This record gives sequence, structure tokens and C-alpha cells, in this order.
Amino acid sequence: MSNFADFSTLLDSLYYTSSTKAKTRLLCEYLTNTPDPDRGWAIAVLSGTLQLEFFSRSTVKNLMLTHCDPVLFAMSYDYVGEMSETVAHMWPTPKTIELDCNRSLPSLNDIITEFSNTPKNAIPECLASYLDRFTPSQRWALVKLGTRGLRVGVSARLVKNILAEFASVSTIQVSDIETLWHGVSPPYTELLTWLEGKTPKPDVSDRIVFHPVMLAHPVTEAELANIDFNEWVAEYKYDGIRVQIVATSHGIGMFSRTGDDIAHSFPDVVELWQNTGVYGVFDGELLAFSDVDIGTFNQLQQRLNKKKPTKKLMNEIPCGIIIYDCLALGSGTQRCSLTELPLSERQTKLTEVLTPVIQHRIRLSPTITITSKTQCQRVRDEICERSGQRIEGLMLKRKTSLYMSGRPKGQWVKYKRDPMLVDAVIMYAQRGHGKRSSFYSDYTFGCWGTNEIGERVLLPIGKAYSGFSDAELHELDKWVRKHTIGRFGPVKEVAKELVFEVAFDSVHTSKRHKSGIALRFPRIHRIRWDKPANEADELTRLVGMIIQ
Amino acid sequence: MSTSTILEPHPDTWIEVRSAGIYCIPADVYIDPMQPVERALITHGHADHARGGHQRVWATLETITIMQQRYGIEHALLQTVVTFGEEINLTPEAEHPVFMCLYPAGHILGSAQIKLTYQGVSIVFAGDYKRTPDPSCPAFIPIDCDVFVTEATFALPVFNHPPIQDEIHKLILSLTRFPERCHLVGAYALGKCQRVILGLRQYGYHKPIYLHGALLKLCQTYREFGYDLGECVPVSEVDDYHSLAGEIVLAPPSALTDRWSRKLPDVLTCMASGWMQIRARTKQKRAELPLIISDHCDWQELLDTLDEIRPTEVWITHGREDALMHACNNMGIHARALRLIGYEDENNE
Ligand SMILES: [Zn+2]
Ligand SMILES: [Zn+2]
Repeated sequence: MSNFADFSTLLDSLYYTSSTKAKTRLLCEYLTNTPDPDRGWAIAVLSGTLQLEFFSRSTVKNLMLTHCDPVLFAMSYDYVGEMSETVAHMWPTPKTIELDCNRSLPSLNDIITEFSNTPKNAIPECLASYLDRFTPSQRWALVKLGTRGLRVGVSARLVKNILAEFASVSTIQVSDIETLWHGVSPPYTELLTWLEGKTPKPDVSDRIVFHPVMLAHPVTEAELANIDFNEWVAEYKYDGIRVQIVATSHGIGMFSRTGDDIAHSFPDVVELWQNTGVYGVFDGELLAFSDVDIGTFNQLQQRLNKKKPTKKLMNEIPCGIIIYDCLALGSGTQRCSLTELPLSERQTKLTEVLTPVIQHRIRLSPTITITSKTQCQRVRDEICERSGQRIEGLMLKRKTSLYMSGRPKGQWVKYKRDPMLVDAVIMYAQRGHGKRSSFYSDYTFGCWGTNEIGERVLLPIGKAYSGFSDAELHELDKWVRKHTIGRFGPVKEVAKELVFEVAFDSVHTSKRHKSGIALRFPRIHRIRWDKPANEADELTRLVGMIIQ
Repeated sequence: MSTSTILEPHPDTWIEVRSAGIYCIPADVYIDPMQPVERALITHGHADHARGGHQRVWATLETITIMQQRYGIEHALLQTVVTFGEEINLTPEAEHPVFMCLYPAGHILGSAQIKLTYQGVSIVFAGDYKRTPDPSCPAFIPIDCDVFVTEATFALPVFNHPPIQDEIHKLILSLTRFPERCHLVGAYALGKCQRVILGLRQYGYHKPIYLHGALLKLCQTYREFGYDLGECVPVSEVDDYHSLAGEIVLAPPSALTDRWSRKLPDVLTCMASGWMQIRARTKQKRAELPLIISDHCDWQELLDTLDEIRPTEVWITHGREDALMHACNNMGIHARALRLIGYEDENNE
């Protein structure tokens, strides 16, 4: 028999184990001792293919708040840095429920079935009843599972390697599992029994499923200098969201980078594709469009997360895609995979298939030939400027690169425009989360502006907690402790003496901040120990950089 | 103690926080000072509480022995051994003398609470303490007092330390699952190490336990005070390190990742500490098997202790003071944070 305790024990051991060998042993042991469908659900959870969200993080938080002192919850959360774990430890063990040893724990399958079938309004009660019965480890597993936030240091790739190891049929290789993977779905019973030699190989040729995408590394100037541009091609890096179109004769799927099916939010794009009659698996960028050009990320954002967009919204902000790669062509038994072909050949085939159906909102991403580093920089700066930041840099791809999911080294790199910089003064500091909970590592900084009565004051423009080294963090932590002039709960106000050079991607208007602006991806670029605070930047400089 | 008591003279007027530590004015004495001073009362032997170089020191025999071992026989010019419950007049000539009395704190070997009484008003400095049973030292005794000075190392409701036997069970289970791996347990040399050893013995583990050189002296000290740690073998005396596969080796946490540990066969790193309850902390220490074993009170123990003693005021020395202050407010006990710096609440647990 298997129950939720076995599952949570497995997660705990995997979470803390660092050696691949030991992880393999732990998981194989579990697969051997656990019946279907529990073991298959566990595989789905580990490899991130369980597409169910049982409850939201706010549901969990609100439930917790009805069971504890909110002040203590806030302090605990601030310290632990992670909600599931805070709840796991803070959930009060009920003293009234007599511990009935005979009442067995549910199986993983029981949990998944129950949460999938419980109406939304009954979820909190259902969750609470399990939290009451569970140990802290089991609570953590449940909350992580239910909010789809589970990471235990086992990648989907490792799961597949372990499955190959688990296979009792010695001829089964990882590559066999990889080709099947996107055609089978949780709880993977047909896959697992095939691995055990009990059933024949599953037939997956025509299922609409997501294929994990290939990602790029950021490239440094130094690395760029070493690139042999003969071997690489460039493309524009659009500021939209990455999508994968899976088109078969049975229908069309549209997936985000993480495998969420977002077709329902973009029926206009799905319909456009449907009309082309092109089948296969395509990799591209989803963007908002105007009559003449591509739109901004801000416009696209108004379409994201709208489960059912209105006609009006779709007319106001039409969307479309720019395709840059192709993983497979054709449908059903005709489908052929292109992932093992080099990029140059994939692009030739892609161009052949798409050219006849190209239109305003379904486009092919042009390739650009680059010959030198200087030219590369120039092209990037020009296009970013000319597109009004709708293109945020260049993608450089090795012509011979195969389509590999994940972030393989030395294949694709992204060369984003230089970040913008501003000199700002640190105003407040707060302890970090998790590993950094003993350091003041979250900083709020501001620029000079004028207040209601016309005085020159610092107005907060953002918060950053990255961009510095561990050594710098220690220095900053020390500085904060020495220069504290006030305290508001966990927040320390510091003397307005230290300047940060803050890097960011763009500036937007914001009603939330007193300064009226917000920075996208702010991070600390340099600590200007040398610069006097009154020489930090004026707010007006940032206002001039706002993208509408 | 009833909460309506008006303290006269209020300890505010005769206890103050100085840069060297907490100072009692009429007795001219510091409690656990962080710098060398004339007169010092020491709660226990951990390095952040007991420092060398004072002129005169009062402490339990165990604590003085530990200090001598660490800072030399002559770590202080005058060393006065105090037994639990014995009343000592710190200022015999004074019109209003300050009396001192020590009580067990249940933290480590020799750990004591210090009670000072001045003109009928009493203050108890608990030092570091815990309430869960520990075979390596006498249990904490709640002492009636006007002001109770407490630590707050684990003062958040997320800290709920499991019984030590559960954690030892985890270790033994791992040994059965990975019998070819050497289980290297990180444990601080004073207190934690001996507690793990005694915990293993109580569990019924009677094989030899292997020790890193830095743990030997203090284990010997525990033996001299009558604690039976069973057979312990210094790792340096092992001829063939391969024989340590499937054995338990104890080492100070600093040795877990250094060169020393690389000679051991297929190490599985364990860490015994109250912080191990928090996943990120475990990852930070690169421990593969967290053992939640603490020398300090967890949240509920702190609250229970305050509720039991019900002092007029609670002063908080170091740790998560915000949360404990909040809880004291809820309990109707006046509380304040002393904001002492220098105690290592982060690592020395
Ligand atoms: Zn201590
Ligand atoms: Zn301490």
C-alpha cells in the first residue's frame, strides 16, 4: 500500500539529497514499491507535468490567517521566505481530534481526485481537514503540490534518465522515453508498465501536447568577442511572450513557455492559425499588433490572464505571432520531428511551409546576417531604438544547433540592449528571505524630487534585492545596521547617504508609488560608496524615459 | 507574581545595557560580558557568553571547567564556583547588598540561570535555555521573579522542535537505506555533540561513534562529570577510512565541507541544529539529512515558560524579539527588547 506519507517522505529525501546517484536510487525504490496510479502521479509532480492547480496561494494564505495571529504569520513568513513552509510549520495541530491510528492516510491519488472534484467554495474546508491530519512535511508537500510550486531539485530531464534506469527492458534508452514523453500524460500508467515490460509501447503519434522549449543564455561582451559569426545567425528578440503552437488535424493547442495551455485567452490567434491549415509544432513569440506594426508589451499584458477575452478587447488589441522555429511538421502518422535537424535546415523547411500563408499577424521572424561584434552591437542598438523598445535585443543562434529543450550551453544566446542606469539613494532596508533572512538584503531606493510644499526630497522609485556579490551583501548589511535611523516593523530606515547605481529595463508610470513611476527589473549595478547622496539623479530624468 | 506590582527600585535604575554587556550597577558586575571586565557572572560556557580575560568570575563548576579548557587555567584571576541554589552576597559591605543565586537552565553542561535580588526586587537572567528533556544536563527550573530576561533565538511560531528520538530515528533509517555511506553529523562541540551521542545511546545504538579531533576534549569533560557516552573513537585513530562506511562520524559544522571530510568514504552530510527546520537553512549548510535538534526553547516552550513564571516584565536579549514582544503583549506581560549585539543567534546553535 502507498499513502501520502510515502510521497512526502520521497519529496523530503529528494529535496535534501544532492547526488544524482542517490536521487536515482530513492526514486527507483519508490517506483518499485508504489502501485499505479500513485507512482505515476509522483512522476508528474516531479517533472512538472501535473497541470492542475488545486488552490491558489491566496486561498492557502487566507485559510492560514483564520487559524493564527496575522502579525505572527507576517513575521514568520518574512523569516521563512516561503509560504508553503510557513504554513506547514505554523498550522496549529488540533488538540481536540483524537489521534485515530486506524484512520489511514489518503493516497496521492485520493488527494488528486478529491481536490480535482471538490467545488471551489469547499476547497478551503477540504484543505484544512488535511492540514489538521498531516505532519509539517506532509503539509508542505500538499501545499506545494496544490499550488504547483513543487521543486525538489529533480529536473524533468533527470526524471527521464531515472525512468530509463528503472526500465527492466534493457534496450530502452532515454531517447525512447523522450520521444514518447509528450504523447503520454499523467499518471503515466501505460509508460510505466511498458518500462516494466508488462505492456507494449504506447502509440502517441497524434496527441496535442506541449514540447518543452529551448532557451537561451545571456551573453557577455567578452563572450561576444569570441564568437565566430560565420557559424551563427541572428534574429530580433521581441518583447512579447514565448508560445508554442501545436497544430494537428484534431485541433490546435497554444502553450506558454512553461507548458500552460493559453489557447482560450487568444481565440483570435488560434483562428488565424486554423485558417492556414498548417500542421506541426511551432516556436514563436506572441505579440500585440496595431494596424501597421507590432504593439508593446503593456498592450499584450492587457490580453494575458483574460480567460475569455471580449470581442471588444480583441478588436482593440489584436494579437498575433512571429514564428522562429519548428519542432515538427505534419499531423498524425505524417508528423515528422525536426528536433534532430540543425537550425539552418529547420529554418529552410519552416520558410517553405509558412511563406504561402504569411499575413500581417502571422509572420516569420527574419534572420539577420552578422559579421562582427561591432556590427552586432550597432544592429542591436538601431533596432531597439527604431522599434521604440518593442524589440529588446538580438538572439544569436548557432546554425548547427539542434532543438534541445532546456538551456543547453553554447547554442542560443540573447544579446539584450544595455540596461538603463540611474543613481539612486538607499532609503529603507529589510531582511531577505530564506537563505538571506539574516541579512538586510532588500533595499528601497529613491531619487530627488519635490514634495507637496516644494521641498527637495527623496521619493522612492523601487526595490532591489539582486545584482550584488555575497561580499557586497555583507558590506551592505553592516552599513545598514550602522546607519539605521528608524524602524517600522521589519523595515529599517537608513541615513540618506549611500548611492546605488541601479540598472533596469524600462520605466513605466505607476499609481502605486508616490514618485509616479515604476522600474521594470531593477537590480543593483554598482554601489557608489564614493558618490555623495545629493548628487544622485533627479526624478525628472526618469520621467523622460517612460514608455507609454 | 501579580502583574500589578510596582517595582521599587525598578531594575531600570540598577541594571543597564553597556557596550560590554548587561551591567548591574549596585553589584558592579556584568552578566555574560562580551569584553574583559572586572567582575563577571557567566551563565554558560558557549563562546558568545563566556569570554576569557575577566578579573573575577562567578559560575558553576562545569562552566568554569569549560572556560579553563578554552581560555587556560588562569582565564580569570579569581574564579568562584557557585552551586545551584546557593545564595551569594555580591556586595557584602553595601547597605543594600545584591544577592545572587544560580538555577539550572537545561541548555548545556553547567548552564545556569542567574537570579539577582536587590532591595527585594528580583531579576532572572535565563541565558540560553530549553525545556525539552536533555540527558546531558539538569532540567530548567522556573524561578519566581519580577523581571525575567529571556533569549528569543527561536521565537517564531514556525519553530516547533520535534522530540530528539524522532530525529535520531531519521538518522538510523538513513543508515539502513545507505549502508555504504559514511554518515557525517555536524554538531557543535559543546552540548550538541554530547546530546546527539546520548540520544543515540538512548535509542539503543551501541556501536562506536567516531569523533573529529575538535570534539574530543569536551566529550572528555562530559565523561569527567559522569556522563556515559559509550565507546567513542577519534577518527585520527582509524587505520582504514573505508571502514567508516555505514558508521556515524561527528564533526563540528565547520568541518563538514572542508578538506578533512573528503577522506571519509561516500559522505552523507547530516546537520544537527534547531535551524534545520527551515529548508533554506539546511540547503545553506549543504546538509542532506537535517536533524532538528536544538539547545534552545522553541516557540511553545518560550510561551509556556513565560506563562508559568508570569513575571511583571520580560526583557528580551537576542533573537527574534519582535515576535516574542508581540506574544507578551497578547499575554498581558510588559516586554521590551534589550537589543544586545554580539550574541550569535544565527550560527552558534
Ligand atoms: Zn548557548
Ligand atoms: Zn547564546
